[in-house]
Amino acid sequence: MKSETEEQYEDIPGTYLFNRKRCQKGYHLNMFFMSLLKEENRKEFLADEAGYLDSFPLTDDQKRVVLERDFNGILAEGGNIYYAAKLGATLGLSFQYMAGAMSGMSQEEYRKMMVDGGRSVEGNRSKSEHK
Amino acid sequence: MGKIVAGLGTSHVPAIGVAHDQGLTEEPYWKPLFDGYGPAREWLKKIDPDVVILVYNDHGTVFSLQSIPTFAIGVAEQYKPADEGWGPRPVPVVEGDANLSWHLAESLILDEFDMTIMNEMDVDHGLTVPLSITCGHVDKWPFKVIPLAVNVVLYPPPTGNRCYNLGRAIRKAVEAYDEDTRVVIMGTGGMSHQLHGERAGLINREWDNRFLDDLSKDPERLRKIPHLEYVRETGAEGIEMVMWLVMRGALDDNVKEVYRHYHVPASNTGAGLIVLENDA
Repeated sequence: MKSETEEQYEDIPGTYLFNRKRCQKGYHLNMFFMSLLKEENRKEFLADEAGYLDSFPLTDDQKRVVLERDFNGILAEGGNIYYAAKLGATLGLSFQYMAGAMSGMSQEEYRKMMVDGGRSVEGNRSKSEHK
Repeated sequence: MGKIVAGLGTSHVPAIGVAHDQGLTEEPYWKPLFDGYGPAREWLKKIDPDVVILVYNDHGTVFSLQSIPTFAIGVAEQYKPADEGWGPRPVPVVEGDANLSWHLAESLILDEFDMTIMNEMDVDHGLTVPLSITCGHVDKWPFKVIPLAVNVVLYPPPTGNRCYNLGRAIRKAVEAYDEDTRVVIMGTGGMSHQLHGERAGLINREWDNRFLDDLSKDPERLRKIPHLEYVRETGAEGIEMVMWLVMRGALDDNVKEVYRHYHVPASNTGAGLIVLENDA
C-alpha cells in the first residue's frame, strides 16, 4: 500500500483526494463548514456571510470561493465534500445541484446523466486518456 | 455464547433516507430501488437477531477534523439520530448493548486493534439509513445496535485487509461472549460513487457487481484491492466499500449468497445490497 504515490492519485482526472496536503490547507475552511451544523451559526452566517467568515482564520481565497459558491474552488482550497455539503444545506442547495455545478452541468442534465447510468469510468481513469 | 449468524452489506446513501422518510418510495425514480429491499427485510425478520454490529462511517457529523479515529466503537446505552444540517431524521433512537460493546472494545484492543471508545455519540445517515433499508418504518428498532465507525473521509482509510482482519477479531470476540446472543453484522457504504469535482457522478456497474460476486467467490481478491483502485475505478467516495470487508471477515471462509439487489442510481450512487450466510 505504501507504493501508492500522490502522483498516481493526482493522475485521476477531476478528483481531489482528501489527503494530508488538503487537510492541512483546508483545516479552518472545513471547521467553518462544520460550524454550520448548528442552527444559530447558520442564521448568523446567512445574515452576514463576510462578517461570519472573518471570525475564522481563512485566507482571502478561501473566503472568496465560499462567497462565490465556487465548489471546485472550495475543493482546491482544501475543502472536503462532506464538510462543504453543510454549506449546501445552509444555502438550500441539493447535493445534485452541487455535483452538477462541480462537473459543469445543470442540475437537470446531471440528474439525467445519473438516471441513464451515471458517468462512465471509460476515459475517466487517468488524465492521459481523459478527453 | 455469542454467535455471528449472518452478514449484510448495503449502501447508506442519505437520499434513500429522505425518500423513505418523505414517503417517496412508490415514485418511479425510487420504486425499483425500494422494491428490492423487501426480500432483505423479510429475511432479517426471520433471522431476528438480538444485536446488529453496524459498520459505517460518520460524514463529518460527530467527527470534525479535530480528531479522526480510524476505528471507533460505541459503548453507550443509546445513540440519537444526528442533526446533519436539516434536523435529525424522524426515526427511533438507536438502543445499544453496552455490555457487548465493552466486551468487544476490550477484546479487540487486547487483540491489537486499537479502537477509539465512544461513550457518547450521535449517529448520522451512515448508520440510520441501513436500519431503514432493512427494517422499514418501525416505532422501535427490532434489535440492539453497536455502532462501529471507520474513517473513510481522510486519506488513508484502513486497508481492506485490515478491515477484513478486524472482522475476524470481532467474530472471535463475539464467540467468547458469555451471554447467548445472536448477532448480524452489517457492512455499509458505497458502492461506486464520486460526490465531488469534475468527475462527480462516476458509476462503475461492472466493478460493483464483480465486488458483490467475489464476496462469496473470491474474498481473498477483495482483501488485496489497493485504495488507488477503489478511487480510480469506483470514484473517490467508493472507497467506503472497505467497510463491507469488516462484515465479510466476520463470516466463515465459505459463505453462500442468499440475496442481492443492485440499482443505479440512488441519487449519485450505485446502490448495492447483499445478504450472506455461513455455508455450513
